[in-house]
Amino acid sequence: MDVKKQSLKDSFPGEVHDLPGGGIALSKLDDLINWARSNSLWPLTFATSCCGIEMMATASAKYDFSRFGFEVARATPRQADVIIIAGTIVNKMAPVLKRLYDQMADPKYVIAMGACAISGGPFFYNTYSVVKGADHVIPVDVYIAGCPPRPEALLHSLITLQQKIKSGLTREQIKGVKPV
Amino acid sequence: MYRQTDIIEDNRTTPEGEFVINVGPQHPATHGVLHLVITLSGETIKKVEPHLGYIHRSIEKMCESLSYRQFIYVTSRMDYLSAHINNHACALCVEKGLQVEIPPRAQVIRILMDELTRIASHELWWGAMAMDLGAFTPFFHAFRERETINDIMEETCGARLTMNYMVPGGVMQDIHPNFQKRVKDFIQLYKKKIHEYDELVTGNVIFQNRMKNVGILTADDVISYGCTGPTARGSGVSCDIRKIQPYEIYGKLEFDEVLETGCDSFARYLIRIREMHQSIRIIEQLIDNIPEGDFQAKTKAVLRLPKGEFYTRVETARGELGVYIVSEGGTTPYRIKFRSPGFSNLSVLDHIARGSKIGDLVAMMGTLDLVIPDIDR
Amino acid sequence: MTKEELKARITELYPAAGFDDTGEWLNINIEAKDWLVLAQQLQQDDSLHFDYLFCLTCIDWKTHLTMVYHLESTQHRHTIVIKSKLDRANPEIETVSHIWRTAEFHEREVYEMFGVNFLNHPDLRLLILPDGWEGKNPLRKDFEDPVNMIRL
Repeated sequence: MDVKKQSLKDSFPGEVHDLPGGGIALSKLDDLINWARSNSLWPLTFATSCCGIEMMATASAKYDFSRFGFEVARATPRQADVIIIAGTIVNKMAPVLKRLYDQMADPKYVIAMGACAISGGPFFYNTYSVVKGADHVIPVDVYIAGCPPRPEALLHSLITLQQKIKSGLTREQIKGVKPV
Repeated sequence: MYRQTDIIEDNRTTPEGEFVINVGPQHPATHGVLHLVITLSGETIKKVEPHLGYIHRSIEKMCESLSYRQFIYVTSRMDYLSAHINNHACALCVEKGLQVEIPPRAQVIRILMDELTRIASHELWWGAMAMDLGAFTPFFHAFRERETINDIMEETCGARLTMNYMVPGGVMQDIHPNFQKRVKDFIQLYKKKIHEYDELVTGNVIFQNRMKNVGILTADDVISYGCTGPTARGSGVSCDIRKIQPYEIYGKLEFDEVLETGCDSFARYLIRIREMHQSIRIIEQLIDNIPEGDFQAKTKAVLRLPKGEFYTRVETARGELGVYIVSEGGTTPYRIKFRSPGFSNLSVLDHIARGSKIGDLVAMMGTLDLVIPDIDR
Repeated sequence: MTKEELKARITELYPAAGFDDTGEWLNINIEAKDWLVLAQQLQQDDSLHFDYLFCLTCIDWKTHLTMVYHLESTQHRHTIVIKSKLDRANPEIETVSHIWRTAEFHEREVYEMFGVNFLNHPDLRLLILPDGWEGKNPLRKDFEDPVNMIRL
């Protein structure tokens, strides 16, 4: 496989001018911050059921997600940026999820992985204890379909989240409160 | 709308100077959502109380409204690391009710899938347990083999984790033409790499000190608490359903039931490593001798079980799974009960953890091999 | 021991037992008030030696409840099933958690799902359901929950 060498000019959000004696990089502060944030999102390990195994498989060596900046999977919400809800949310777990979300520092993002987190999944009909979708509890940015979704689907969603952050369309960015 | 009193009220100090802490429900260990309320005096554990229900998906109630072909897919999400074996147990129970004969090709394919699943489950257990004890490298080594098995499964069954491959009557589709060759390649790869496991973890002095004499579980307690699987065999109790009540063609295969008499965590650890070897032995006996024929017996499209009760016991990677169907003659079961191995294995945690340190609790939880959705159903 | 031998031995211990040997294992129907005495005898008798309780559950037949216990002996490898009818309005039965320790968790689960009161249980409270679900008994056939359950 031919890997192209990516120079800074291609990935930098703005203009890079090569001048003798150095270079000048010109950009908007918002774009720079979004670029830096999206390339270093640290996930919170929140796996309730089967999708958690696929998340672990994505973290392992074959479909490594630390290539995309998700290097450090923190167990404490205080140091995490993105929470990947992998698994079913039930009535007893919903307050715990809300509490974890509240403990995370701004800016924070949420990925709902798997059919159970999107809408209750296979447990939609005739169950008395399943929350029919994690977005009844916390606001979600990216949804991944699948039961469980393949690791490549999770990687696609991580890239989608990165693009969403770079384009300035996530919830905090359009709320009007500028994250500094 | 929701009360959060479950977690807040537990952080208090009792009059004896002991304090109560929470482990979970969200924690770095990879077992799932297990909430333990531990009463500590310094670093010594006085009492461990598991709080369950954080992944209770009301599967038993849901199955009462699903047909006999539909409820099998839900059970593979119960103990997702031995998904094939769970589906197998349900299919066997329905076949017992219908009294249908399984063709030999389907029986052999089912056992091959079961044993591959057992190896994959033990691989993940090994990687996750080493990660709990602080080592990150075995995790990646374990997933290397597990990914190979997942690829084999995906080619034949269509899915990597929750394969819905067993149906009442046999298997859903015939095996892929590449299946035999890929499994044989996997066996060669496995035999070359298995020594790494012993070098990395089993022979390591740190792991041995953390696991020897930790979590002593006597044989009488094992039977009284109803523990099964490697947890029970680590105390010398012979309880492998594949040997006691052989189902499918396990009676004709040559494999040993691995027993250890150490009664501690290290004995339970060694049993799972040796069980992987035994599974490879079973696969080697079968992979060249898959008989020709049908892969599915002819059954009606809509299944109706006769009035009565049917119970099947199989050996999953964690222990004995029991599927109990009570049927009233309709197209849906009247009552289903899943006797899950983790439920009884967890009840012994309080008994063995008293008096040990909190660091040992992690080693004990690791060797009990708990998968919480299996317990909560 | 075969089914006939088991029948004979159990009739010696408990003459009022009703038998049903149409299924795979011998089914024994007993009265709820005699359960504790019979359970101790089943465990301690040498020829029976039922030391492994592998399934404890309850079935809701709409007129009454039935407790079902599956027992096995690890020495002799025979299995029996004990069934006991309970009154639906006030279901009560003695606990066996001091005889077979696995019953502690299983009885808690039956208590929360069906509402069966186990007398002298060391710690009878909710296990799997969240707070506030006492008395709701979800696995009973007349359980209605219009908020959570979406019917197909």
